[in-house]
Amino acid sequence: MLSAEGLRHAFGEGRGQVVALDGVSFDLTSGQTLAIFGPNGAGKTTLLKVLAGLIHPQVGSVHVTGGRRAIGWIGHQSHLYEHLTVRENLLFWAALYGVPAARRGPRAAEVLGRLGMARRADQPVWSLSRGLAQRAAIAKALIHDPSVLLLDEPFTGLDLAAAAELRALLGELRVGGAAGGGRVLVLATHNVDEGVELATDVAFQRRGRFVHFAPRGGRGPAEIAEAYRRAVVDG
Amino acid sequence: MGELLVQAWTVARKDLVLEFRTRTALISAVVFTALVLTVFNFGRDPTAVPTIDLAPTILWVTFTFAAMLALNRAFQLELENQALEGLLVSPLSRTSLYWGKLIANLVFVAVVEGVGLPLFVLFFDVPVGRVLVPLIGVIALATLGFVAVGTLFSALVIRTRFAELLLVVILLPFLVPPLIGAVQVTARLLGGRPLSEAVGYLKLLAAYDIVFVSLASFLFRFTVDE
Amino acid sequence: MSLAHKGRRITLVALVCVAAVYVRALAFTPVERLQGPAQKIFYLHVPAALWTEAAMILVGLAGTFYLFLKDPRLDRFAEASAEVGTVFATIVLTTGPIWGKPIWGTWWTWDARLTSTLFLFFLYVGYLLVRGAVRDPGLRARYAAVLGICGMCLVPFIHLSVFLFRTLHPQPIILKPSAPSLPSSMLATWLFSLTAFTLLYVGFVTQRYALSLARDAQRGGSPEAGPV
Ligand SMILES: Nc1ncnc2c1ncn2[C@@H]1O[C@H](COP(=O)(O)OP(=O)(O)OP(=O)(O)O)[C@@H](O)[C@H]1O
Ligand SMILES: [Mg+2]
Repeated sequence: MLSAEGLRHAFGEGRGQVVALDGVSFDLTSGQTLAIFGPNGAGKTTLLKVLAGLIHPQVGSVHVTGGRRAIGWIGHQSHLYEHLTVRENLLFWAALYGVPAARRGPRAAEVLGRLGMARRADQPVWSLSRGLAQRAAIAKALIHDPSVLLLDEPFTGLDLAAAAELRALLGELRVGGAAGGGRVLVLATHNVDEGVELATDVAFQRRGRFVHFAPRGGRGPAEIAEAYRRAVVDG
Repeated sequence: MGELLVQAWTVARKDLVLEFRTRTALISAVVFTALVLTVFNFGRDPTAVPTIDLAPTILWVTFTFAAMLALNRAFQLELENQALEGLLVSPLSRTSLYWGKLIANLVFVAVVEGVGLPLFVLFFDVPVGRVLVPLIGVIALATLGFVAVGTLFSALVIRTRFAELLLVVILLPFLVPPLIGAVQVTARLLGGRPLSEAVGYLKLLAAYDIVFVSLASFLFRFTVDE
Repeated sequence: MSLAHKGRRITLVALVCVAAVYVRALAFTPVERLQGPAQKIFYLHVPAALWTEAAMILVGLAGTFYLFLKDPRLDRFAEASAEVGTVFATIVLTTGPIWGKPIWGTWWTWDARLTSTLFLFFLYVGYLLVRGAVRDPGLRARYAAVLGICGMCLVPFIHLSVFLFRTLHPQPIILKPSAPSLPSSMLATWLFSLTAFTLLYVGFVTQRYALSLARDAQRGGSPEAGPV
């Protein structure tokens, strides 16, 4: 469903060259959630951008069942136009993702309802608080019912309650979409406490490499944090 | 092809709605046009140079500079919340994105020209009645060419510093052929001479449009990706 | 022999040739009947203007191939060619008025060749500015290629529009490159000059290419070896 094959990518050249991705491969099928932990500059964002097709890797390839249409992206930026209302934004992105015209309105209402944003639908984006804007961004990412969700530090800017809500939402999204069957989630963060419970698979990234990549098994946050310290911080 | 145009129109319509909501760029461009036309009126000696000799140049200098304002705006608005990134991860094809921007820019420039032309007629008292249709045709022909190139270049400079300034500098040489052609054809039209005198320039304008619209549609994909 | 060395040799030969063209044009080529001695600038001016156009076309061709092959050598060549093109344009734009003053009585005339070279000069300046404004080498090469290809396609349009303008508004004195009707001794001088300027272009580009290779090597890159 989502596979990466020998990805390698570097920025710059000469002595200033930074290898942001180095020999990363994996293969995820529906229902799997990969959590990638790594310090700042490890190459997590680069990896997600490569998976989303924003950056063409210098070496290696990515395969997504269903192509671009199947991908939902939640990054540092909301991709929302400040002077359009939340609904107008959703309708625009729905059109770009090829949602049939008749389905766009109901779909937008459905997603907004699910995120508790129904009352805010006709507010322009510039008038939303940061947390609400983040929710609107998530709504935008879900508008076309993607089967692969790429999340780059989705918890930043959310308060504890909102973060817990988002975790619950992601848990739901993971197991079933409208189309039935599970989704693939890839979640990148530098905070081991965030999102460990969601993961079926865990990877630690350091200087572009996966220094650890294994199923989570029954490990809880404390064990993962311990493993992370050994593999990344001390290693 | 149909799908491509539908997507392009989705993008263009969004741009136009946004522009209509904020109106800053459009109003600036219209005010700018009126201002330049006024300044030109005071910048000439009516007893020394007949209006009709200067009028075509004034018209086209005004139009091209007003268009620059539109071109700068096109991709600038995609930078807020990095919407451009969103467009690039979506299934929208690069060519659709280019055409969407081109359509929105053309509408924007057409509105400015639509306001500018009557002002021009009013201020300079040029007889356009008989030649209105061919005049609009020439305006459309010349505008299409340089807006097509300008749209491509505005995507090219968007990730650089001093994007606005750079756009003007790199676009300038590309304005030369459409500007010379448009001024010459306009001069003949306003002078009441037959269009057949300007066939060479009309061919030049048409060739420029064909070459640069296709070239820009093709090259655009190399400009927006990171 | 290193690339820089080769470049210097070729440039030296080219400069000797240009000097020879000068001598030949002044001393051994008949004075043109209508335009008098003023016409002699034509031997230097026309080849330089031609190479200003040709250099831009080569920049565009290198850009076209770069977009498909992603070979950094093509981008390096494009950069070198653009800088040399700028130098040639500068030569035309400065020698033009110097020769023009005594002949036309004015420093600047809107002579077709001078005018189109001026527009090309602006094109080169814009191209080099874009190169300077982008830091990432891959992005810079891609942007430069796009602009270079557009520039290449613009060359004939500038040429056409300027000459179309001139033919409809004849000037009292124009240096018309009426090559086919030239007497054979004039043609020979002109061809000799064209060869000299071609050599000069090759010499300059080779040196400039070697320079950018050396600069990158110094920065610790892994410069691709091999000539253009
Ligand atoms: N466009 C770029 N140009 C040059 N270098 C870049 C670019 N993007 C990323 N890098 C470099 O690549 C490396 C990986 O960056 P990336 O953003 O993928 O890290 P990250 O793991 O997401 O870090 P963070 O936790 O801070 O978000 C960094 O050293 C960064 O400086
Ligand atoms: Mg990051």
